Amino acid sequence: MSPVGVLALQGGVAEHVRILRSLGCTVREVRTPEELSHVSAVFLPGGESTTLISLMNRWSVTPALRDLCRRGLPVFGTCAGAILLAKEVLEKEHDISQESLALADVRAVRNYFGRQRSSFVQSLDIKGLSSPFKGIFIRAPLLNPLSEKVRVLSSVEDGPVLLRQDNLWLSSFHPELTADGRVHRLFLEEHGLMEPATDRRDG
Amino acid sequence: MNDARKEGTWEAKKGLAQMLKGGVIMDVVNADQARIAQEAGAVAVMALERVPADIRSQGGVARMSDPQMIRGIQEEVDIPVMAKCRIGHFVEAQILEAMAVDFIDESEVLTPADESNHVDKHKFSVPFVCGATNLGEALRRIGEGAAMIRTKGEAGTGNVVEAVRHARSVLGAIRRLAATPGDELMSIAREMGAPFDLVLYVHSNGQLPVVNFAAGGVATPADAAMMMQLGMDGVFVGSGIFKSGNPEKRARAIVEAVSRYDDPDVLARVSENLGEAMVGINITTLGEEERMARRGW
Repeated sequence: MSPVGVLALQGGVAEHVRILRSLGCTVREVRTPEELSHVSAVFLPGGESTTLISLMNRWSVTPALRDLCRRGLPVFGTCAGAILLAKEVLEKEHDISQESLALADVRAVRNYFGRQRSSFVQSLDIKGLSSPFKGIFIRAPLLNPLSEKVRVLSSVEDGPVLLRQDNLWLSSFHPELTADGRVHRLFLEEHGLMEPATDRRDG
Repeated sequence: MNDARKEGTWEAKKGLAQMLKGGVIMDVVNADQARIAQEAGAVAVMALERVPADIRSQGGVARMSDPQMIRGIQEEVDIPVMAKCRIGHFVEAQILEAMAVDFIDESEVLTPADESNHVDKHKFSVPFVCGATNLGEALRRIGEGAAMIRTKGEAGTGNVVEAVRHARSVLGAIRRLAATPGDELMSIAREMGAPFDLVLYVHSNGQLPVVNFAAGGVATPADAAMMMQLGMDGVFVGSGIFKSGNPEKRARAIVEAVSRYDDPDVLARVSENLGEAMVGINITTLGEEERMARRGW
């Protein structure tokens, strides 16, 4: 099977690579349209979304990734990566509109929970996992669905934090900062990139 | 507030530093520079009143910046805003935390407030970054609660030689420690003056428990890419951008160089036609008392 890609222009790349390898995946860091064309799925890591979109434009990754997503490539964006997938991007305090891949029917509100001192850890119930998952939220966005096509897989009091629209997955927390591979595995299993394990929901 | 929600945990503090990896953090002295930095792709800005090159030339005691000036930068950009407190000045740190800066740099660039003690960084919900010249110093700062380490380099000189020395010193010591037999670790911890549990961590994992950036003297895309190839996780650029001829272009070029640091063809392209770099200082001409890297221990 083709390797699983992690967009490696900036951000928490090594964390996704580590967790995917621990699940037994072959992983490739991708930085160019050419490298993107050889992977079976892509993780868009956490980082700074303004930096990421600027580098994706600079290296012509934006049109290539948009095209692959529209053709069904499974893509999972965590935090900044989720912001990149969202159709609408707002910011909590600043009146800005930000460019993104604009693929998922989701409104992302950047820095919704406040500045870094309000970053937090909270236990999450996730559809498809039988026990709670540790959600690490860092200057996290809120993700609001804009259409019926978006399924909410997990929420906190303020709103949804894990969403899926067909091949696109968006989380406002960082599953890659834990040692727990269950969210990555759920995504890979759902897209037929990993055989369901017998202990799949509790590993 | 939800009881199940824990703010300012070690994971959240360390995690922000992890999200800055592969990025460039730029010194800015006003809102205009902050906006230019953000548009050029900076992952964060360091808000300060004078860049190190000016602190050097103007002299006097260098302190935490005016909160109003920091606030102006927070209002201008939505990327993380960092600010500096003096070494050991825990009240400056409290003020910066109260202002909700995203990261505090306990920095040798400012005049130290305590010659024996650094800030107890575990007490704060905001993460700290600290400078280090060798592995023992890096582990002492992590022991005090630093969520991120950077080289000290020699700030405000535009000369990368000290940052290279500190990076090689820290990374070389990590490689040696990983290959050291377990029964020698306590003796090494004593020689280094470092907490044993952190020495053990480095021995077992072959890396620091926190992110490690380059800082102090980075002035060109090639300098930044060199620090990345040496094994650093990202780069701080202080005086190097806004003391150069074309800050917008140079800022963008350094961001691009850090993201594609191991591709010399890309580095050649981004290094073209950037205008004058900052003039720079030959460090051997500096007196001992002028060397900021000697501050802290």
